[in-house]
Amino acid sequence: MSSESRGRVRARGLVRWESALVVILIAVVLFGVAESSTFWSTTTIFFGGLDIGQVAIMALPMTMIILTGEIDLSVASMLGLGCAVFGYAFEHHTGVVGAMLIALAVGAIGGALNGFLVARVGLPSIAVTIGTLTMFRGIAEILLGQSEVSGFPPSLEQIGIAPIFLHLAYPFFFFLVLAAIYGVVVHRTAFGRSLYAIGLNTEAAFFAGIRVRRTKFLLYVVSGVICAATGIIYSLQAASAIYTAGTGLELNVVAVVLFGGISIFGGRGSVIGVVLSVIIVGLTEVAFTTINISSQEQQVIFGGLLLLSVVVPNVGEVRNRIRGRVRRAAPPVSAGGGL
Amino acid sequence: MQVSDGRSADGTKEQQTEFDAEPILGVSHVTKSFGAVAAISDASISLHRGEAHGLVGENGAGKSTLVKMLAGVHQPDSGQITIDGVPVTLGSPAAARDAGIAVIYQEPTMFPDLSVAENVFMGRMPRQSGGRLDRDSMRRQVITVLEMLDVRLDPDRAARGLSIADQQIAEIAKALTLDARVLVMDEPTAALSAAEVERLARVIETLRARDAAVLFISHRLDEIFNICQRVTVMRDGRSVLARPAGDLTSDELVRAMVGRDVEHRQLTRGAIGDVVLSVDRLTQEGNFVDISFELRAGEIVGLGGLVGAGRTEIAQAIFGIERYDAGSVTVAGQPLKKGSPSAAMQAGIALVPEDRRQHGLVMDESIERNVLLASLASVTRRGLIAGELARETSKTWLDRLQVKYGRLSDPVTTLSGGNQQKVVLAKWLRRNPRVIIVDEPTRGIDVGTKAEVHRLLEELAEQGVAVLVISSELPELLLLADRILVIREGRLVREIPRAAASEESVIAAAAGAYTEQAA
Repeated sequence: MSSESRGRVRARGLVRWESALVVILIAVVLFGVAESSTFWSTTTIFFGGLDIGQVAIMALPMTMIILTGEIDLSVASMLGLGCAVFGYAFEHHTGVVGAMLIALAVGAIGGALNGFLVARVGLPSIAVTIGTLTMFRGIAEILLGQSEVSGFPPSLEQIGIAPIFLHLAYPFFFFLVLAAIYGVVVHRTAFGRSLYAIGLNTEAAFFAGIRVRRTKFLLYVVSGVICAATGIIYSLQAASAIYTAGTGLELNVVAVVLFGGISIFGGRGSVIGVVLSVIIVGLTEVAFTTINISSQEQQVIFGGLLLLSVVVPNVGEVRNRIRGRVRRAAPPVSAGGGL
Repeated sequence: MQVSDGRSADGTKEQQTEFDAEPILGVSHVTKSFGAVAAISDASISLHRGEAHGLVGENGAGKSTLVKMLAGVHQPDSGQITIDGVPVTLGSPAAARDAGIAVIYQEPTMFPDLSVAENVFMGRMPRQSGGRLDRDSMRRQVITVLEMLDVRLDPDRAARGLSIADQQIAEIAKALTLDARVLVMDEPTAALSAAEVERLARVIETLRARDAAVLFISHRLDEIFNICQRVTVMRDGRSVLARPAGDLTSDELVRAMVGRDVEHRQLTRGAIGDVVLSVDRLTQEGNFVDISFELRAGEIVGLGGLVGAGRTEIAQAIFGIERYDAGSVTVAGQPLKKGSPSAAMQAGIALVPEDRRQHGLVMDESIERNVLLASLASVTRRGLIAGELARETSKTWLDRLQVKYGRLSDPVTTLSGGNQQKVVLAKWLRRNPRVIIVDEPTRGIDVGTKAEVHRLLEELAEQGVAVLVISSELPELLLLADRILVIREGRLVREIPRAAASEESVIAAAAGAYTEQAA
């Protein structure tokens, strides 16, 4: 199949994937309503949002990073580190605002480390961020050990108890605001377009004057800051800072982003897809919990959905690969010159 | 000069009594169009047993399309292809292979981690009983073939690191183990050294002795005369001449290829202005040394030389793709930061790169996004891309360059090569560069578009843009350039003013004669 028709299949596949997400969303809601009388309620919105909030927020910087064809597996550890730094600083009487600023600064520094190693040194991001995944969590443990820091101002701890408005949980509201900003930046600005170009063909992007390294560096710094912010939110929401906060969430974040239709190869997908994906996953978790589906079973179902999300938008591609790997290895038809 | 059509190929047979009456491969009056562009409007060629047949023509004459037909990649719109007089349909590469046709590409694609023997037998490795690979049989067959070709090549070594010449030999060995009787070699010598070309010539002799027919494509006329018994010339999609090589002089051949006296630019352009780009003693270890030249407003300067002489590297160093080790680049008096394409762009430099698919375009992106990729700021209003303005702007430029496209949102892969190149040009022209470097601007694009690109470059010069053209096609350089800088092995060896420029003078400087006159 020519690359031309492949491109078309892919483009159509994407349109279909976002529509598919809407259909899945409706199906999840109908399923929840049918299975549980309490599903269609404000508590679902509140607790669903509270539950998915951290993953949702971290999915946004992850979206940009995956769009450029890279990955950041240190997000959840940075959440933990942000949480630990926030708690540690608060314990040492910096005041709550001071503690927040210090935690965000640490997020920026950690992100800069990732960015430096990936964008400047040119190491593979998967290796770099697995390294910092371990490192950030280690530093968090050194800072807090087994202790829990609590006693934050009660007004701030409200975010774990009360909705901000319209039954929306604070973290989810924060996610929606951030998602709106991300949507505009990704889809309406030169910077956003450059992310797609980098993801699809880094070299061509570079030849067009896009500052590829600077862009990637910036994305990691922003990711660090937002994940540290998520750590702060976590601390306030749980009314305590612990170093294990968010352990293992990095894979959920990647899963949500991919399920939202962002191609793991970069350059494909949209923010609205990720938002839909977040809502679906959040509601599904609530629905499954209310009807007592075990978390193991939930994982199997989510895993299946994730595979589906990778296969469906790339149906044409996948079919080609299964059918005709060998043909791809055939020599190029043109070896320069002529028509 | 006698210019004949395809029919004269039959006429020559009488003179060539040593060939059988029935050609192994007969192509008669085939045509092939891609959309509005006729790549081949009437081509005929016949290959006989034991013959090396030269196929020459300028880029865009239709040679590659013909090769792709023989390879089963393209099917002719009309006309006929026969094997041993029997009409065949080469509907796929497999069908071409089954018909006994093998195509050896300029740069074969091999599996680097597999051995030479495994590459030769890729996809059809002999098996022992029980399904295990029969490596011994594989090796034996490859060794037999290589011995027959009288080539030393270790069948057990990994393909990684093989020279292009050796890769071609492996492809030829593959063709022989497939019992191919027609070997099509598409510019096999373009990247070979003199000694390697000689070896290839011997291999072709051996193939001929075994009654195979070889279609040999080359731009180097001396090779054609050394290796081939007959020559077919293609021009603008037609086979215009088919004759025994011995009956032709190289002048006649060139005239048949060009079809007219090379027309020099008629219009006198505006006066050449001030120096806009100044390159001073630029050096990049391993690639080029001490390159100094100036580019003036309204001037077209050609960068000539052999493939691999370092021209592309020089262009990319100026534009900031790669860093250089010494020297400096100055644009309109201001020193240019090295290693930064965005700085080069700010200074007003544009680079249309050699590799359109890898460097020029984001192939999976839409036409519109590609046009705008280098100038997004100009369609941004208050931080946001103005959708309507972006569409209008790209539409304007696509129309100005007469790009044939469907919708702006179509991926750029849907365009023909020539239209893709125009998209690259549009992308850079809309930045209003004061220096534009074009690296092989017409490679692989059709004759009509090629002329349009030439006209465009001339217009740019008229408007006062400084143009640097890198081209391996001498006619192109001679047509466009006010002066030609010849690069040989990373050094600027000669500057030839337009009046003194000829194919001979450029080739001589590029290949190493007359170095005492180095600029």
